[in-house]
Formats: sequence, C-alpha cells, structure tokens
Amino acid sequence: MPEVERHSFDVLVIGAGGAGLRAAIEAREHGMRTAVLCKSLFGKAHTVMAEGGIAAAMGNVNSSDSWQVHFRDTMRGGKFLNNWRMAELHAQEAPQRVWELETYGALFDRTKDGKISQRNFGGHEYPRLAHVGDRTGLELIRTLQQKIVSLQQEDFAEFGHYEERLRVFQEFTVTDLVVEEGRIAGAFGYWRESGRFVLFEAPAVILATGGIGKSFKVTSNSWEYTGDGHALALRAGAKLINMEFIQFHPTGMVWPPSVKGILVTESVRGDGGVLRNTENKRFMFDYIPEVFKDKYADNEEEADRWYTDQANNRRPPELLPRDEVARAINSEVKAGRGSPHGGVFLDVSTRLPAEEIRRRLPSMHHQFKELADVDITAQPMEVGPTCHYVMGGVEVDPDTAASSVNGLFACGEVSGGMHGSNRLGGNSLSDLLVFGRRAGEGAASYVRGLSERPSVSDEAVARASETALAPFQAEGGENPYTLHMELQQSMNDLVGIIRRESEMQEALERLEKLKERAQSLSVEGHRQFNPGWHLALDLRNMLLVSECVARAALLRTESRGGHTRDDAPAMSADWRRKLLVCSLDGTRVNVEEQAQIPIRKDLLDLFDRAELEKYLTPEELS
Amino acid sequence: MSYQGKFRVWRGDDTGGALEDFTVEVNEGEVVLDIIHRLQATQAPDLAVRWNCKAGKCGSCSAEINGKPRLLCMTRMSTFTEDEVITVTPMRTFPVIRDLVTDVSFNYTKAREIPSFTPPKDLAPGEYRMQQVDVERSQEFRKCIECFLCQNTCHVIRDHEENKEAFAGPRFLMRVAELEMHPLDTADRVDSAQESHGLGLCNITKCCSEVCPEHIHITDNALIPMKERVADRKYDPIVWLGNKLFRRS
Ligand SMILES: Cc1cc2nc3c(=O)[nH]c(=O)nc-3n(C[C@H](O)[C@H](O)[C@H](O)COP(=O)(O)OP(=O)(O)OC[C@H]3O[C@@H](n4cnc5c(N)ncnc54)[C@H](O)[C@@H]3O)c2cc1C
Ligand code: SF4
Ligand code: SF4
Ligand code: FES
Repeated sequence: MPEVERHSFDVLVIGAGGAGLRAAIEAREHGMRTAVLCKSLFGKAHTVMAEGGIAAAMGNVNSSDSWQVHFRDTMRGGKFLNNWRMAELHAQEAPQRVWELETYGALFDRTKDGKISQRNFGGHEYPRLAHVGDRTGLELIRTLQQKIVSLQQEDFAEFGHYEERLRVFQEFTVTDLVVEEGRIAGAFGYWRESGRFVLFEAPAVILATGGIGKSFKVTSNSWEYTGDGHALALRAGAKLINMEFIQFHPTGMVWPPSVKGILVTESVRGDGGVLRNTENKRFMFDYIPEVFKDKYADNEEEADRWYTDQANNRRPPELLPRDEVARAINSEVKAGRGSPHGGVFLDVSTRLPAEEIRRRLPSMHHQFKELADVDITAQPMEVGPTCHYVMGGVEVDPDTAASSVNGLFACGEVSGGMHGSNRLGGNSLSDLLVFGRRAGEGAASYVRGLSERPSVSDEAVARASETALAPFQAEGGENPYTLHMELQQSMNDLVGIIRRESEMQEALERLEKLKERAQSLSVEGHRQFNPGWHLALDLRNMLLVSECVARAALLRTESRGGHTRDDAPAMSADWRRKLLVCSLDGTRVNVEEQAQIPIRKDLLDLFDRAELEKYLTPEELS
Repeated sequence: MSYQGKFRVWRGDDTGGALEDFTVEVNEGEVVLDIIHRLQATQAPDLAVRWNCKAGKCGSCSAEINGKPRLLCMTRMSTFTEDEVITVTPMRTFPVIRDLVTDVSFNYTKAREIPSFTPPKDLAPGEYRMQQVDVERSQEFRKCIECFLCQNTCHVIRDHEENKEAFAGPRFLMRVAELEMHPLDTADRVDSAQESHGLGLCNITKCCSEVCPEHIHITDNALIPMKERVADRKYDPIVWLGNKLFRRS
C-alpha cells in the first residue's frame, strides 16, 4: 500500500464555496476542530462567479417585503415541488445571514439611508437582492475567507498556531468517503500538486461541493463542477432527489466557440435589454404561458412603459422565469430564426445610452469587449441557453442538513429540495449561508453526541488508493479528454433543455458504453499536478451523476421547471406529490418514487386558493 | 480562419526546466488558455496550469505571456500576429511547482498577518449604516480577484527575495488601506502599515497598478493615501513627492 499522510479532525468540510466556508465557520465556533478541503485555491471556488446578488427579505427598499412573501415567491419559482420546510427556513433566516456578513466586513451597495441596497430580479415580488455591482459572489467569498482568517488569528493569539482549530487544505481532491459500520469515518483523497494520498479521519463530513454542469457541453460552470459531492454521497449510501431538474440559464454567450456558455447576467434584461430573432422581432410576446398572462405585457408599448411605471403596466415578457425564456430561445433557433452562431440577439444598445450601459453593466461590457470583440453599447449580443444550476442533490433533513447516512451532511448546490423544480436568481447565495450555518451546527451536535469515534480500516484505505491509481495501471486505454467530450455532447443533445423518451433511452445506452470504456482509461506521466489523471478520476463521478439525471428524467412524465418534455408537455398535480429518489445499487443507479410530505397548513394559507388550484390536486385542497 | 500557432511553454519543476516548442491549432476568438488546454488534450496531457472560471473572475490563471504578467483566460489570440512566437512562462516572483503552476502561499501568509476587520462593539447585526460614497473607496479595493499579478510584478520582491519577509506587497498593503478606509472599522492601522507590513519599501512606481486586470488604482488610491496618513504622523520624503505628483483630497 502506498504511503498515506494522515490527519484527524472533528468535522471535515468538503468545499470552500459559500456553503462550505459558512459551515466551517459555524463548526469551528461550536468548538469543533475543523478542516476545509477544496480543489482550487482558497478564495477561488465557484461562488466567486455569482453576479446578481443574495436574496433576503430585509425590506430595505420596499418595506412590504417579509419572509412570507419571499417564501411564496420561492415556492412559485420551484412550481411547488420545493421542500417547504427548507423554503420556510431559508426565507426566515436569510436576512440574519446577510447582516452577519457585514459584521465580518462585507461592503454591500447602500440605499440613501445607509442600509443595504436591494435590486429587482426575476420572480421576486419586491426588490430583494443585496448586491455589490455585478460581483456579489466575489464579495461573499472574500468576506467568508477573511472571517476564516480572523478565526485563525484568534487561534494564533490563544495557541501560537494559526491552524489549531481551523485548517484549509487547498488544491486537494477527495475521491472517496470512508464509511465504517454504517457511519462516516473519514475521507480519502490526493493533493493535486504532488498526487500524494491523504486520509482524513473524522466522525462528521459536510459536503459542500457545488454542482454538476461539466457533464454538459454548453455550461456556465467551471471545471470544478464534476458532481463529486453528488457521487460521493451516492457511493456512501445517501440518496439524491430531484436530479431531473437542471436549470438552463437563457442567456449564455454563444460566440466565440471557446467561451460558449459563459453567463450573461439576467440584469441585462432587468435593465431594459430585449430579445430579438433574425427577423428583428421581439419574439417573447409569442411565448407568454397561460398562467402568467395577467402579469406580463402582450405588446411592446406596455412592456416599455413598465420600466418607468411598474404600478400601472405589466412586466415585459423578457422577464419571465428562466425556464420559460430558455425554452422560447430554443424554439426560435429550431425554427430557423436564430442568429448566425445559433443563438438569438440580446440588445441593450438601442435601449440605453452607452454611458448608462457602461455604468450599470460594467463586467458584461468588459466581458464582451475582451472575449468576443463586441461592444454592447453599439451592437447586440448573441446569446443562447447554457447549463447553469442543478436543483437536484443530496436529500437532507431541513433543520440539520443531515443526510440518511450517519455523520454525513450536505449544504449548498450539492443538496436538493430547497429550490424544487426551478431556482430563482439570488436564492442560491442565501441558501448557501442559511444551510451552511445549519450544517455546521448539525455536524457539531452530531459529533458532541457520539460516545466513541469510528476508526478507519486498512482495507478501506487500500481500496480507495487502488481506485485512484487505476488510470495509471491500464496501458493503451482511452484518453479521458475524448471520453469527456463524448459525455458532454450526449448530455447536451439527449438530456438537455427539451427532452424526449427515445432520446433519453439513447442517452442511457450511450452512458452504459461510456461507463465500460471508462474502466480502461489510461493516463500518461506521473502523479504530480497531472490534469489528465484528475480528469480520469472526475469522469467516474460525472458518469454516475449523468446517469441519475437521465434515469430520473426518463421516469418523470410531465414538464415542470427545469425538466421539459416534448412528449409530456403539461404539468401534472399528481407528479407534484412525488419525488424521484436516486440511490446506488452496486454500480447501477436505482430510481424510486417517494411521496412528498404535505405542505403545512399555515404555509398553504399564505396563498390564494385560486393559485393553489393550479398546482395541487383536488384531494390536497379539500 | 484557423492557423498553426507557434508556442514556447516553460516546462519543468522546482529542480529546473526549459522552454518547450509547440505548434498548435489556433481558432478564431480563442484566448491563450484555450491553446494551453488544446495542448493538454492533444500533445502534453500532463501540462500543469491553474485555472477555474475562464472568465477573468477568479484570478487563478496568472502567468507571463511574452514576459508580461497576464491572465491566460483574458488574453485573446487576436492580439498577436499569426507568425508571432508566443512564450508562456510561470509567474517569476513565486517558486515553481510544475510548468505554469507556482507556489503562491506567500500571499496567504501575508493575508494572515493583517489584523482582520474590527467591528464596532455597540452595533448589532442589521444596525450597520454607511453611505454609498463612504463605502465606495474600500469597494474599489474589494474588486481584487487575488490573481497576485501585482505581487508578481512589484520590484520590491520580484528581484529581492530578501524583502519578502518584511513586505506585504501591493495586494496586502491595499488590504490594509481597505480596512483603514472602511467606515466602521475601529482598529488603527496606520503605524502597522509602515512598521509591520513594509509600506515604506514601496516607492510608488505604479507597476502594480499597470498589471491589475481589475484596473484597480492600487498606487493612487490605496498606497499613496496610506503613505499620506503615515506622513501625518511622521515625515516621509516619498510621500512628499507623491503629494506633489498626484494631489488628491
Ligand atoms: C456565472 C454564475 C453566476 C451566478 N450568479 C448567481 C447570483 O447572482 N445569485 C445566486 O444566488 N446564485 C448565483 N449563481 C449560483 C451560485 O453561484 C452557486 O450555486 C453557488 O455559488 C454554489 O455554491 P456552493 O458553496 O454550493 O459551491 P461552490 O462555490 O461551487 O464550491 C464548491 C467547492 O467544493 C470544492 N470541491 C468540489 N469537489 C471537490 C472534491 N472532490 N474534493 C474537494 N473539494 C471539492 C470546490 O473546489 C469548491 O471549493 C451563479 C452561478 C454561476 C455559474
Ligand atoms: S507602486 Fe509600490 S507596491 Fe506598486 S509596484 Fe511600485 S513599489 Fe511595488
Ligand atoms: S490588486 Fe489587481 S493585480 Fe493585485 S491581486 Fe488584486 S486583482 Fe490581482
Ligand atoms: S480562469 Fe479565472 S481568472 Fe482566468
């Protein structure tokens, strides 16, 4: 057995995005010796890319806002499939979590009376998103990073050692969780830099690994998003829910090819940008669904008046929920009315003065200028849907973030339930903080309640290192880059934004073959910072998670939020009562139906009966 | 539209290395990082490079392109001619780990040496009130993506390993300024900027500001004002000069 470095902690947090860092702060403040493990450098996790803001009903801009209104918006956005308890806790606690960031040193944009400013966003009834220009994620990450540093400074003052109770292991990849006698005993992985193996012994592990977008060809997500946490949880015996729901953001860049998928923020439309096809038509007017007809304008004049007079006009249809806009763009392109590079036109240049565009959308202006040679103050952008966010994830207890495996917790994008079938913009960053904190607390109280700690067997370590070294054993096997490209193409084409039974069947067949081929990947070189090897290991996770997505999507014969079927276009109230739960059976993914817990009465009472009738069965309403 | 580009990429590790020549396909609209990725996928699967967002937001992909400190993901191939040889080397100020990846732990060490935000004791969460004009100064510095290109460029440490101990570098001197200018921070940071973080070693050459991909005015808005605050307590000739050159309130 190769030599293995060993560490021992009370709580291990896998992931250093918003969720992981908030969880680590909480665990440490509960006195736990805590480690944070992350694949990239500390401070560079995916959260850094978030632009628009954090949703929290502070009521700073419109005092009519409250947690109840936020809860309602979240449930509507998720088409009532959400775990209502999570949506409730989220709406109630988000303001506290945002205010707390100020005590860590965050500097949000301000209102005139010196409070945190809040902006409008799709699906939120009132201005609700706390923000810093269009770089809110950076502020969130940096603030939490600096809070961690401040806790380390406290330890230095007390113990003469910065890492006494809180240590970050950066550029480290976890490949396996260790489960002994039905409970978590630790985690195994490698330093990306040296390839050396490390075993962490810990009675509690918090997964905060983010999403899965790298299984799709066109995505706004970075290389980190290989679904590691989803796969680690499955292999440890936990369950994933809602994996069929994937959010395709309507506006990603489509050209040049090398930046295809990079996000174009929703604020472009919020600030007046409109969508047109090659016939120069504002096509969104043709795509207003029946349920939204009373809220969205059906003519350009009214839509344009809304920007200055929101009380007396209906909203422009460009601001429909993300799933609606993404589908509309997709249809236009399919009908042959797309732009030269296969998208549609998003134009703000004819809508606002150049100076105003530069002031309100500085990073979009910069991004298009630098990467596409397009001046958005003078030309339209070309945009199309891009895989953005996974609503599905580890099934957890809402209050403690505990999974069904003892000692395993999950928070942030890797957890499932909170957003139902579709997430509202801004609700992820708040989710990270609310459930990050709860996971830290949940793990701490679990550890305190243990009478003895699990230990890790030598076999478990041997097995994990063997798996990790497998790609070096095979010779003449396939190149992991080739396999990855094929996987991305298949998921994009066959389990993408619009789905059909026959295509999903084909996707599953292809995945089966890819799984076989992945058995004999081979990589060149040695273990030191070897991206080919890293990809080979990540592929195992991507394949597993992709299979969950395809299998669940095949079973759900309705369309809802981030799951749209050509062959089952309607939303069904019966399906709302069912969750699809993935678990691992050997190497095969099993999907089972599970009944939703009925929504608590006082929460149901927050809605009009007429609205509930759109979503619930007559039986539930009686 | 595509052509065969000529590249020289530094390959090696802490024991040494050399520039290696590659000829590789370049397509319309690509950035240098795309080419490095193509090399990984076709010719050099174990070529090490650090990156993450590929959109100029995370500050991972810092390196030197034809000797200039840049982000690989924000350097478009169209800024070079088709027959130009493009040389990509790791940041010079930090020790090489492998190929284009350097050991940037110096920066994390320096970050820890700066006392954290010290909030007022009498304000509960939710009670913070600050005006936009007052937060804007520090907000400019908080745009920093920690690419460490300024740290890499500053001559105080680029050519003088021995200064690393005493000098926090532009990024972290700017962090001191950010906290000093935070409307609600209660700590005094002026003396320590000079005494513990090496502000005095900076002679306001502005090289750091020139390479900052976020276009932060590190020297003008952070370093010089800090020097002025130090000078209010103690005479410093550089500040006197700075004041003459860049007068500001
Ligand atoms: C371009 C873009 C813009 C967005 N804008 C907004 C917005 O305005 N508002 C909003 O609310 N949401 C937004 N989102 C969504 C939101 O940013 C993400 O959902 C959220 O940041 C996820 O945070 P997280 O903490 O769950 O994970 P992340 O921040 O992704 O962190 C995951 C961490 O896990 C680590 N990790 C993963 N696997 C392993 C492993 N095997 N071993 C060790 N470590 C591992 C990674 O290294 C990383 O540190 C946006 C998303 C994108 C892509
Ligand atoms: S201005 Fe100061 S910190 Fe910046 S490069 Fe020059 S000496 Fe270094
Ligand atoms: S100040 Fe600019 S150059 Fe320096 S680390 Fe920050 S973003 Fe990079
Ligand atoms: S990869 Fe993030 S800045 Fe270049």
